[in-house]
Amino acid sequence: MSEKTYKPGNYPDLPPPPGTVGVYGWIKQNLFSSISNSLLTIISVVLLYYLIDGIIGWFFLNAVFDAESKIACRKINDGACWAVITRRVGQFVYGFYPEAERWRIDITFLTMFIAFAPLLYPDIPKRKWLLYFSLFYPFFAFVLIMGGYFGLQKIEYSLFGGFMLTVILGVCGIVCSLPLGILLALGRQSNLTVVRTLSVCFIEFMRGVPLITLLFVASSMLNYFLPPGTNFSILVRVIIMFTFFSAAYIAEVIRGGIQAIPKGQYEAADALGMNYWQKTRFITLPQALKISIPGIVNTFIGLYKDTTLVVVIGLLDPLGIGRAALADTKWNGLSTETYLFVALFFFVSCFAMSRYSLWLENKLNTDKK
Amino acid sequence: MTFFSNIWRNEKSREIIVQIIVLFFLGWFISWLVMNVNANFEALGKDISFEFLFIPAGYDINQYLIDYDSRDSHLRAGIVGLLNTGLVAFFGIILATVLGIALGIIRLSKNWLASKIAYWYVEFTRNVPILLHILLWHGIIINTLPHPRKAISLGEVTFLSNRGFYIPKPLTESGIELVYLFLVIAIIFSTLFAKYCKRKQDLTGIQYPVFWINFSVIFFLPLIAFFLSGMPISLEIPALKGFNFRGGMHMSPELAALTFALGIYTAAFIAEIVRAGILAIDKGQREAAESIGLKPSKVMNLVILPQARRVIIPPLTSQYLNLTKNSSLAIAIGYMDLVATLGGISLNQTGREMETMLIVMLIYLSVSLSISALMNWYNSKVKLVGR
Repeated sequence: MSEKTYKPGNYPDLPPPPGTVGVYGWIKQNLFSSISNSLLTIISVVLLYYLIDGIIGWFFLNAVFDAESKIACRKINDGACWAVITRRVGQFVYGFYPEAERWRIDITFLTMFIAFAPLLYPDIPKRKWLLYFSLFYPFFAFVLIMGGYFGLQKIEYSLFGGFMLTVILGVCGIVCSLPLGILLALGRQSNLTVVRTLSVCFIEFMRGVPLITLLFVASSMLNYFLPPGTNFSILVRVIIMFTFFSAAYIAEVIRGGIQAIPKGQYEAADALGMNYWQKTRFITLPQALKISIPGIVNTFIGLYKDTTLVVVIGLLDPLGIGRAALADTKWNGLSTETYLFVALFFFVSCFAMSRYSLWLENKLNTDKK
Repeated sequence: MTFFSNIWRNEKSREIIVQIIVLFFLGWFISWLVMNVNANFEALGKDISFEFLFIPAGYDINQYLIDYDSRDSHLRAGIVGLLNTGLVAFFGIILATVLGIALGIIRLSKNWLASKIAYWYVEFTRNVPILLHILLWHGIIINTLPHPRKAISLGEVTFLSNRGFYIPKPLTESGIELVYLFLVIAIIFSTLFAKYCKRKQDLTGIQYPVFWINFSVIFFLPLIAFFLSGMPISLEIPALKGFNFRGGMHMSPELAALTFALGIYTAAFIAEIVRAGILAIDKGQREAAESIGLKPSKVMNLVILPQARRVIIPPLTSQYLNLTKNSSLAIAIGYMDLVATLGGISLNQTGREMETMLIVMLIYLSVSLSISALMNWYNSKVKLVGR
């Protein structure tokens, strides 16, 4: 300590005490602030070391990226045998879509980002023009994927598979279930007893049964409820079930949002003489949807993950392709590699969705200090 | 004309008209469905009947809690399946709760590294579909664990192999009644003692270490009885006979995979719920508790947790419900739960899609509706009374 004296109003800024700032201070505060904390840090470091060591060795250093079969893999090295993926990567992405026509999927997928951009990012330049494209996009995508018009070869539904099927099911389900979910939420809050009861029954039924039973209904029973002779694709039936299922969950999320709106808002709207639809359009929904964004995105992520269930009724989503690959005697027993690869795909897309929801939540949070 | 336009402009009568129209369309839609079903069933020569429930099922179930063989009826097969659903849900819920609460608390810990590890665990786990978790664990058990002959042994009593896990099985002998009796006495004593201490504390402010006293009573009293009556519990340790283990308790690869997958997946959601619940408590509550001199464990137990519980329990129950519903994915790996027995093999053998799916759906529906009814009751009970 220096014994120097200063005149009033003339103190220099002293540096903070050592050990509270900088790398050392940070480490001390966040990792070794107490005995139990230090212990936790040491355990974590040991755990991480073994985890990372094992993962890097198995995933990369000792892994084989191309070989004829599992046995050939094992002859080269004893890590992961990624050959089961690299040899079938086309199937994992496109299913059994004809190889010569796969560019159609690529274009549809890339233009999907352009179509979604104005919906997802409200500040995008030339938003109005892009929105026209978004409106037109479903028809564009349908024609391009299905074919049968403009000289494009017609492709059967049964050839769809892989990540492409996941994205188709997920996007269709998400796009259709939001409007239905909003209607159901409004129905549940309605004054009309009949409408309210109907909405409640629908929502509770859909939320009460496992999705897989609904998919069984779609695959084996739906035809009984339609006029004899009607037959439409299993893909459409599955999308309808996904839509119903996730609409029920979205309805509950939005209902939470509607109930969170202060009563004064409705009273003010009534005082202005608004009718029901004006009130809903200008007062209820803008506020309710804003509050319920995290919940809605979570439901979407759930729906997207649930698309994997179609493998149980025989559609070839990435899991179906993976199981087909594993059934091949060449690749028998490489389940860890296959499923981890599919898991990575789901992790990347779902994590991106949840990050987007966080971003949007912050952006719309107008009552920030 | 004015009469009708008046009716339409009156809010009350308009509501009635709209509802009548909705009802009319609903009735039309339902009768359309019924007509279609009738026409389709007539064309196929089918009818609706539940008699199939009482004919022999004719298929085996490798895991059962109540006696079952292939000559038993479809109804009994369904009950076996339902019990199997309950079994996996029970194990899964225990694993998910323990792991989830631990992770939720670590996530809030001041330790940067531990909190980051918990964060990435949660993100990695919940962003991957549950079906993938199930298949991955099943694959790991089937493909990477060794054959029973080379099974991984944990202290020579528990064995892990690709045919499942083998755990020692407790066998009770005569004299066990004394242990049970002492256990009941211990429980009765500790309840009364806890009540007495509560009253004492309310009157005088003196605190006793209730938890430790009761814990030792419940633990040691039966233990004393156990030795007094000549150790009536023995462990049957699984032993390798030929190609497989005999004796002990067997946990099939399917049950183990399903338990791990459901537990680990749901734990990620529970961790977030616990974290959100603790964070939802106003900072002032903690500061106030600290300022009146409570030590950290008391702050947590007496101030934070009782309030956080109100926020945590409703979503926690819905996670338990989700876990139970997700256990229906067991069908993908061949674990015989309700969907796989009644909605799977029974359906295929009898061709009665309508009836089997109806029963399966009604069972799940009644379970989830009764649990949500219970939750609504709980919510209304613990709700903060607002002004």
